[in-house]
Amino acid sequence: MDLSLSQEYKTFEKEVRNVLEMHRSAAPTHEDRGLKNPKRLAWQKLLIDNGLAARTIPKEYGGYGAEPDILKSRIIAEQFAITGLPRPMASQGISMLVPTLLELGTTEQKEAYIRPTLYGEMIWCQGYSEPEAGSDLAALRTRAEIDGDDYVINGQKIWTSTAKQADMIFCLVRTDPDTKKHHGISYVVFPMDTKGIEVRPLVDMTGKANFNEVFFTDVRVPRSGTIGEVNKGWQVANATLTHERGMLGNPNATKARLQELITLMETETSSGSRMIDNPLLRDRLIKLQSDVYAMQANGLRILTSRLNKESAGLAGLIVKLNGCELNHDIAALAIDALGELGVLYEDGDHLRADGSWQARYMYDLGLIIGGGTAQIQKNIISERGLAMPREPRLQKV
Amino acid sequence: MQFALTEDQMMLAEGTKSFLAAKASLTIVREIATGDIGAEADLRRQAAEMGISGVLGHVDNGGLGLGLVEAALIQEQLGYAVTPSDALTAAIATLALQSSEADQSALTIAGIARGETRVAIALTEFVSKRDGAGVEYSEKGLNGTALFCIGPADADIIIVSDVDGTVHLVKNDTSQVTVERMSTIDRTREVLKLSFKDTQSEQLEGVNASDLLRIARLLVAADTLGAAQCMIDKAVAYAMERKQFGRTIGSFQAVKHMCAEMVAKLEPGRALMWHAAHLTDTDDSEASLMASLAASYMAEASRFIARTSTEVHGGMGFTDLLGLHYWFKRIGLNNQMFGGATAARADAAKLQGWE
Repeated sequence: MDLSLSQEYKTFEKEVRNVLEMHRSAAPTHEDRGLKNPKRLAWQKLLIDNGLAARTIPKEYGGYGAEPDILKSRIIAEQFAITGLPRPMASQGISMLVPTLLELGTTEQKEAYIRPTLYGEMIWCQGYSEPEAGSDLAALRTRAEIDGDDYVINGQKIWTSTAKQADMIFCLVRTDPDTKKHHGISYVVFPMDTKGIEVRPLVDMTGKANFNEVFFTDVRVPRSGTIGEVNKGWQVANATLTHERGMLGNPNATKARLQELITLMETETSSGSRMIDNPLLRDRLIKLQSDVYAMQANGLRILTSRLNKESAGLAGLIVKLNGCELNHDIAALAIDALGELGVLYEDGDHLRADGSWQARYMYDLGLIIGGGTAQIQKNIISERGLAMPREPRLQKV
Repeated sequence: MQFALTEDQMMLAEGTKSFLAAKASLTIVREIATGDIGAEADLRRQAAEMGISGVLGHVDNGGLGLGLVEAALIQEQLGYAVTPSDALTAAIATLALQSSEADQSALTIAGIARGETRVAIALTEFVSKRDGAGVEYSEKGLNGTALFCIGPADADIIIVSDVDGTVHLVKNDTSQVTVERMSTIDRTREVLKLSFKDTQSEQLEGVNASDLLRIARLLVAADTLGAAQCMIDKAVAYAMERKQFGRTIGSFQAVKHMCAEMVAKLEPGRALMWHAAHLTDTDDSEASLMASLAASYMAEASRFIARTSTEVHGGMGFTDLLGLHYWFKRIGLNNQMFGGATAARADAAKLQGWE
């Protein structure tokens, strides 16, 4: 057990801090939101140039080209948290498509897509879930028929975030309907402005359209957009889902939320006493604090496994389940600490934190369901982690 | 940066586990729990030879000279095997004596390490006074009663906190201390009521009850970690073996999900335990907070695991035949000690300036 950093990493930590502080004035602010805001794009380029984003992506594809070093990645992430400066872009294109392309893409595909994606110039959306294929993703029915050098695609996707803004989609389609469901799927990328694509916003319980439905009617796209082999899309997709589940349970982000909750409980009062002085609420807070510290220690354990090139085993498999649950519980306590104020939303004199606790409480429930539901996570933990048998499959009727 | 056990630490844990598997099977635990004094003495002698009572003792004092990470790993294995053991009381007494200037403390620590000097620990009233209990110190000596002391009735020495948090060392002499056994749900540990009447004691300077209490909570949490891990292992094994409706019950999602939930609760607690013990060993300023949080975490997780594992076992889990209740009760006692999880959280709050 050694939680200290060696001299090399201490120096690196200082360098990262210096670079970030030096460029503080170039950082985009809340005003600059919008996926392709020039200030955001310039910030992303600056981060890549300095090795603080796209760090391990090869130079030839627009990355910084450093050797993978998990500890350095962690130091960088921590320095963003400490300085409060905007983190590198973490879109689905960057987090999910780029690693997939690097692993399975052709040279042409890598050259065409990785650089503009990293620089935030090419926005992607993910076409996986369908109305009849949620947890049972492999049951997807969106059909891609081969016609010469093209696919002709018909069907529907759902839960597609950023579909309105996206330039491109990475999409799972059925290319062989006559074989077992996992075997007839292909992973295809194509432009969202192709004729026959219609995007309809899907308003959710937060009142916003965080997701969309996407309809395909005779959408003709080139077969050269297939990533990996035809009918091997299931394996390609599984490579990216692993990346997504890692994104959904970040212990540092959870710790930051807990800190916001503590500040809230120290400042909000009811009938003259602070919420932190209410023994019941405080007891709940400390329970959550122990959960947060436990997940943080669990994160250190996973990090060490990765450093040592070992599997993190159960410690890794539980992250999505516990992380999403914990975020939801933190928001729930914030709402309870706010009492009646906790139901205010959108705007008004008494609203706290722009209504963000209510929004999180609802949105986090979406995250418990999305990216592999809590129940699917429990299947994964018990089957892969505890070697328990799969649910027997029903005979086809 | 390495947040993992060292080779030596893993060997220590494995060594303890295989020792206990061989020498402290459930059959032996049952014998001891039902009053077989010979079996108890036999196991205690062999455990002392392994160094189980001398983990924290300095090498000069005949101990192993190890830290709290190692002590916690051993305690975890003792919990895993629901072993009756002096390890916990020995560790607390050793720490108290080592940080004080008490007369003869080196000799006493050596006796503890050899398993010859046995200790009872009385810290409860520093946190929670029930039924008029509490030990007061005056010129006449110690007066009052201490409930829920951990240790054997024939302990040689007693480490007792008075109600102000001053820690005393007392010789267990029948003319000075009255010892009664308290009968609890858990028969793998002895729990005592001690009555003091003008009892002479030696004050342990440089030791305070709150520090001892946090270490005690941490080691109890380690014991719980082991007991809870064993309950999960037993539940998974049972679910893979038991058949109903023509299939192993472990293939039903209802059962699998219970197992997954148990693991998801316990696994982060393991990392938190390591972290808290390591921070104590390195005198980190967050050590006390982390120990209290670990105690709280483990109590919550283990309560869930104790009931869920029993449920996975169905009716068999409820029987004496299977003996699963030894783990259930071990966890049950652990979770009430020193005011339980609520008191641990109150302590964590106090350490952060909220009270």
